[in-house]
Amino acid sequence: MSEAGTHASIARARSGGAHAGPSTPVTDSAVRAALAEVPDPELPVLSVVDLGIIHRVTVAPDAIDVTILPTFVGCPALDVIRATIVDHLAERFGRPVRVETTFEVPWTSDRISLEGRAALASIGIAPPTDGPAAMRCPFCASANVAMDSAFGPTQCRSLYYCRACRQPFEALKSV
Amino acid sequence: MSRSAAAVPPAPTAVAGLEALLRSMADDEFVIGFSDSEWTGIAPLLEEDIAMSSLAQDELGHAAALYGLLAELTDTDADALAYDREPGDYQHARLLDHGRGDWAMTIARRYLYETADAVRLEALVGGSWAPLADLVGKLVREERYHQMHIGSWLERLATAEGEPRDRLRAALGTLGPDAGTVFTPLPGEPALVADGILARPMAELEADWRARITSVFDRLRLPQPPPTRDPERGRTDHGDAFTWLHGEFTIVRRSDPGATW
Repeated sequence: MSEAGTHASIARARSGGAHAGPSTPVTDSAVRAALAEVPDPELPVLSVVDLGIIHRVTVAPDAIDVTILPTFVGCPALDVIRATIVDHLAERFGRPVRVETTFEVPWTSDRISLEGRAALASIGIAPPTDGPAAMRCPFCASANVAMDSAFGPTQCRSLYYCRACRQPFEALKSV
Repeated sequence: MSRSAAAVPPAPTAVAGLEALLRSMADDEFVIGFSDSEWTGIAPLLEEDIAMSSLAQDELGHAAALYGLLAELTDTDADALAYDREPGDYQHARLLDHGRGDWAMTIARRYLYETADAVRLEALVGGSWAPLADLVGKLVREERYHQMHIGSWLERLATAEGEPRDRLRAALGTLGPDAGTVFTPLPGEPALVADGILARPMAELEADWRARITSVFDRLRLPQPPPTRDPERGRTDHGDAFTWLHGEFTIVRRSDPGATW
């Protein structure tokens, strides 16, 4: 939890420290704003909102329901994401939180927000593109790059090499 | 609101076929995922070690999701389905029963499986039972990377003269007679087709798959998979290599029943 707490504060700092506070009415948009402070555990510069995995938010008098879209079917980070959302919203709004996953619509990499894309590039991970031809080096912006392997250190990333600045880099898979 | 198996019951006529379909697909993904995870740490190249581990992780994730649907339908749990059955109760295709073998064997097996799985998944896209159709919509997007990767390896081994090509041809010779077992007809299959869960019968899917790989095998001068040997037993009688693998993947469960992490 302490690690998740650190990530949460990083995300909060990036969002400008906007804080709902305990007296804020529990509305759909207040819940979404709070979700924007929950980091993805594998890519903590992205919030779960930046990543585009929030499918549905339902606020009921006795509970908050959040439905999320797994980025990959076997994503091992899902349990951590679910627990972090539950902890964060329960603490903020003081009511029980339920998190469900669904494949009702598939998560696709074009759901990552513009802010999320910029944040990925800032840590040297190229955001997803429409195809390898559109791939740019996150360090020097060169198009002179080659895919070394479609498979990288997590299910959602591939390995590339930039021939211009001679840097290996990772890119989010386009799915 | 969720389109889970419990919330969206399938047509009663389709239940038996659906259970057989989910079990066969989950067992296929689980067994190939586990077999390929044996390369973690010892694959021929570091990048390939990562790739094969990532592929294996994808397949085990797919198996978990499919076992999850089956568990909801049959009122059990996914871990019990994955780990608590006797070796004889698994219904994966016999194509996946040949042991890890060398790298050529791994590439040949995965190429045959991925191309067959792609045809099967296409026949499930947009199917009438939403929980499976939703999941398949997602699986197809991930499997595309598997096909791309393994296709390039087949090409690489087939076009390298000498040992790589010889080993690939030998592996295809061993696996070929079992390659079509992915399309072993399922109990209850006519109802699955009638209810629109599966677009077409397995026999038609197999013909499509053979037509699709023929041009690749011809171009690369590789031996075409012959008709399936012993098609009645395509998903049974798994043999010693699987008994060994079963011992490996159940060892934690057997040493500490109910263990979680």
